[in-house]
Amino acid sequence: MSANIVLSPTRISAMVLRHYYVLRSSWTRLLELAYWPTIQMVMWGFLTQFLVANSSYIAQAFGVLLAAFLLWDLLFRSQLGVSVSFLEEMWSRNLGHIFVSPLRPTELMISMMVMSVIRTMIGLVPASLLAIAFYGYSIYSLGWPLIAFYLNLVVFGWAMGLAICGFLIRYGMGAESLAWLAGFVIMPVSGIYYPIAVLPGWLQAVAWCLPSSYVFECLRAAMVDGVARWDLMAGAAALNAVYVIGGGAVFLGFFRAARQRGQLLQMGE
Amino acid sequence: MQDNVVIVRDLAKSYDKVRAVDGISFELKAGEFVALLGGNGAGKTTTISMLLGLLIPSAGSIRVFGEDIARHRYRVLARMNFSSPYVDLPHRLTVRQNLTVYGRLYGVDGLAARIEKLGEELQIAELLDRESGKLSSGQKTRVALAKALINGPELLLLDEPTASLDPDTADWVRGYLQRYQAETRAAVLLASHNMAEVERLAATALIMKAGKIVDRGAPKDLIQRYGRSNMEEVFLDIARDRRGPGEADAEAAT
Repeated sequence: MSANIVLSPTRISAMVLRHYYVLRSSWTRLLELAYWPTIQMVMWGFLTQFLVANSSYIAQAFGVLLAAFLLWDLLFRSQLGVSVSFLEEMWSRNLGHIFVSPLRPTELMISMMVMSVIRTMIGLVPASLLAIAFYGYSIYSLGWPLIAFYLNLVVFGWAMGLAICGFLIRYGMGAESLAWLAGFVIMPVSGIYYPIAVLPGWLQAVAWCLPSSYVFECLRAAMVDGVARWDLMAGAAALNAVYVIGGGAVFLGFFRAARQRGQLLQMGE
Repeated sequence: MQDNVVIVRDLAKSYDKVRAVDGISFELKAGEFVALLGGNGAGKTTTISMLLGLLIPSAGSIRVFGEDIARHRYRVLARMNFSSPYVDLPHRLTVRQNLTVYGRLYGVDGLAARIEKLGEELQIAELLDRESGKLSSGQKTRVALAKALINGPELLLLDEPTASLDPDTADWVRGYLQRYQAETRAAVLLASHNMAEVERLAATALIMKAGKIVDRGAPKDLIQRYGRSNMEEVFLDIARDRRGPGEADAEAAT
């Protein structure tokens, strides 16, 4: 049985290569990856500039909205990076070949996570550089905490993406809209642009179940109060460990159920 | 190589109250070409899906290369491959890119040379740098075959490999499969609705109906036993529960 749990870097890189080929051959996909983060960054950037001139709170922490936007988009792109990699296989009706190859489901999941990192980089690096050019604001000035924010949000995106892929296996293309909408479901309770404390009590309890809420609270603490809340980062990391295991379990559970139901050959139809 | 590449025993698959495959048993030896025949819904694709590990059986066992596929699926998948016109390759990727990805998934050594060799053999060398989505049906079939042969499989599962091909291309594909099998002694399991194809390629035909194997044998023996002139007539006799020409004539008269 040990052979069943050995992961192959060659097989994982083969799947990354497959998506790299798609990205390389399609300038529209590349453009789309960079387009939305850039457009939104520009919009939020100008809004922030306006608020700086009219709000003492924002004036205390120039760039807090811009940073919040960029990090939110990181989470959103990370989840989409996993889901869209899987959807690419469904759209091309290729899953039948993938699932009869020696590629393990775990290797498929890892390859999608790698692609998620590549996609988020393609989307957010240009946007972050434009923020420097347009507003003189660099998200990289956050320093080391940025790495903690990045890791926590990307991993939470993976967890959501893997769970969504599980639903795609179970419900087919009918579940495609989940990939596009899931991020917006958690958006209001993640405290991206406002503190969790402004939410009703019961909703605060929900918010504290999401790693993203910890990250954005931590971001505000760092930028507004100048305090490094590593306790919040630790809370996010602990929750992420649960979520990413849960996301993987949902994927593997639905994959096994699909093998019971005979859904794998028909996927994408 | 062990003589029996595939051993299927009492294999069954049920969905709720539907018994898609109902206790079938058969073997497939190295160098043997076996055809799986049957009408739509007879259980052919379900059987192939279980052999590939895509579908978990409700009962029975499958051993491939001596390994229980329920426990060691990934150990045997590298030694087998599959082709079906109902499963595609990514359209945006060129043929070479697709073959590169699958070659790496199957752990093929000397991959670039292998792709060139298959390109020559399958007459797709000039297509290697074209996008897979821009090929004709015949070209796609040959590319799908290249993918199915990328790892030099010892067991090849083919689901209607010549479906929707023109007679010339279909004949070429059959000829190629015959040569490949003769050269490599691969075991081939073919699901097909094309009875002429079965007569030409298969040493043994397994005829399925309502999830069971209702008859089996060499095509020429089956033709003789049913008193028919070709496998198509044998197939119709079995599909319509007739016992031979006399009963068919009586049916035609009514």
